[in-house]
Amino acid sequence: MKKIISGWSLIKIFTLLVYIWMFAPIVAVVILAFNPQQFGSFPMEGFSFKWFVKLSQNSTILDAFKNSLVLGSFTAIFSTAIGVPAAMAFIRYEFKGKDFFNTLLLAPIMIPEVVLGVALLLFIRWLQQPKSFALLLIGHVVLTLPYVLLIVQARLVGIKKEYEEAALSLGANPLQTFREITFPLLAPAIFAGMLFSFTISFDDVTATLFWATAQNQTVPVKIFGMLRNSISPEINALGAVMIVLTVSTPLLAGYISRKFAKGAGK
Amino acid sequence: MKNKSWKPWILLSPSLAAVFFLLVVPVCFVIVYSFWLRAPSGADIPAFQFGNYAKFFEDFFYPSILLTTLRVALETVLLCLIMGYIPAYFFYKTESRFKPFLMIIVMLPFWISFIIRTLSWINILGDSGLINHVLMKIGFIQQPIAMLYNEGAVIMGLLQYLLPFMILNIYVSLDGIDKSLAEAAKSLGCTEWQAFREVTMPLSLPGVSAGCLLVFVLTCGTYLPPMILGGPGNEMIANLIFKRVIGTLDWPFGSAISAILLILLAIIVYTYNRYMGITQIFKTLSNE
Repeated sequence: MKKIISGWSLIKIFTLLVYIWMFAPIVAVVILAFNPQQFGSFPMEGFSFKWFVKLSQNSTILDAFKNSLVLGSFTAIFSTAIGVPAAMAFIRYEFKGKDFFNTLLLAPIMIPEVVLGVALLLFIRWLQQPKSFALLLIGHVVLTLPYVLLIVQARLVGIKKEYEEAALSLGANPLQTFREITFPLLAPAIFAGMLFSFTISFDDVTATLFWATAQNQTVPVKIFGMLRNSISPEINALGAVMIVLTVSTPLLAGYISRKFAKGAGK
Repeated sequence: MKNKSWKPWILLSPSLAAVFFLLVVPVCFVIVYSFWLRAPSGADIPAFQFGNYAKFFEDFFYPSILLTTLRVALETVLLCLIMGYIPAYFFYKTESRFKPFLMIIVMLPFWISFIIRTLSWINILGDSGLINHVLMKIGFIQQPIAMLYNEGAVIMGLLQYLLPFMILNIYVSLDGIDKSLAEAAKSLGCTEWQAFREVTMPLSLPGVSAGCLLVFVLTCGTYLPPMILGGPGNEMIANLIFKRVIGTLDWPFGSAISAILLILLAIIVYTYNRYMGITQIFKTLSNE
């Protein structure tokens, strides 16, 4: 009996170590962001906000932030706008070649981003179009669409078809049924899908490096450029800001979706 | 019965159009371009020849990058498996009331910027990073140990990126296993370890293999960790593609390398799908 207990505690210790290993680098970034020293590395020599101040005065980074926000928001809107109807088709209807088309729409997850990057750029080049914001946007929509589909499909499976059928039989037209029945039930998933595609778009580096021009660089692409000269305390500060932003996003989302759920329960 | 067969197609058409024109057609372009010629002037000449592929396998330089990629992918899969299975098993077994909280924490890295997570290892492994700093402080070493810009550092970055995927895949599979099965085995005389080995572990294999495939495929296409944490010898296939396409604008050769990577991954995914079924991965991802 004693041996079993020790086996379990080994598992616990190992899990704890994995947690530490996973978060130590992230914590280090946040701590070092407050280090006034010039080189963005240990040891800590005090505590200061000076790199954050410097960051807020760096106009190229602020521009990149704006680009990323705009791009992420549009990506989220377009991706869900085309992804939600597709998810409805897959869950609510039977048709020929369903599995094939489902796999096709999920394919971008399994295709390396570099290949996507090259392919779309090659196509645009063949059409003799310049790199533009539109290229970034359509590229990001393709990158994020599978995640929207997965999230919305998973939720739709759990919404009983009978609700919709009841509304229809009581005289609502399909559009009314969607607006009054399906949409409110689906809203948390749509919201999650938007959040997810925003985050993926905001975060993407590899494909964006292929598609971005000097004018529409996103934050990660900008960071990548800054890294060429080695890690600076400013990068740590930027990293800390992004960590706080991105960690608070899902927590906030959880809070909002709880609100949603409460509202629906009334 | 009203025939509503056109309805799903209306709902599907925007997505299908997007994927067709922005993915299928462009990938076909990559295949077509891989047979083209590149004039000394830099212009691309339509052709049908295997010169670009021949160039890749001409000497050992390019295939060795492919081999590095596959080796790093295998190493990452193995380490991910060990580092992922045990925490996943912990989540399956634990009755702690903190379990939901612990699981949210483990998924948190999904939300943290990939580039920040990758470069954060510089603060740990670098010459003036945490490990060297501590070791020098306690007088264990005089000179910093070089831990960055090698394959190990690249794998560290990859592991941190991919471990949540592995944990999630294994956990979803474990979570579907009835705990009373292992109890039954134990009541029939199995030890804890035997019950795990004979009952729980085999039943968790679908999640394990799905996690392994996902990690392998994602590693094969990885660009950032070798760029940031690797040295000149740790180049992987994605870095090569980027260099050829964006660096030297050699579209036909870049396309050929992309095609080689795609074909390789297609073979792996196809083989996997034959024996295991691909849907498990999508099932897990939708739980994120």
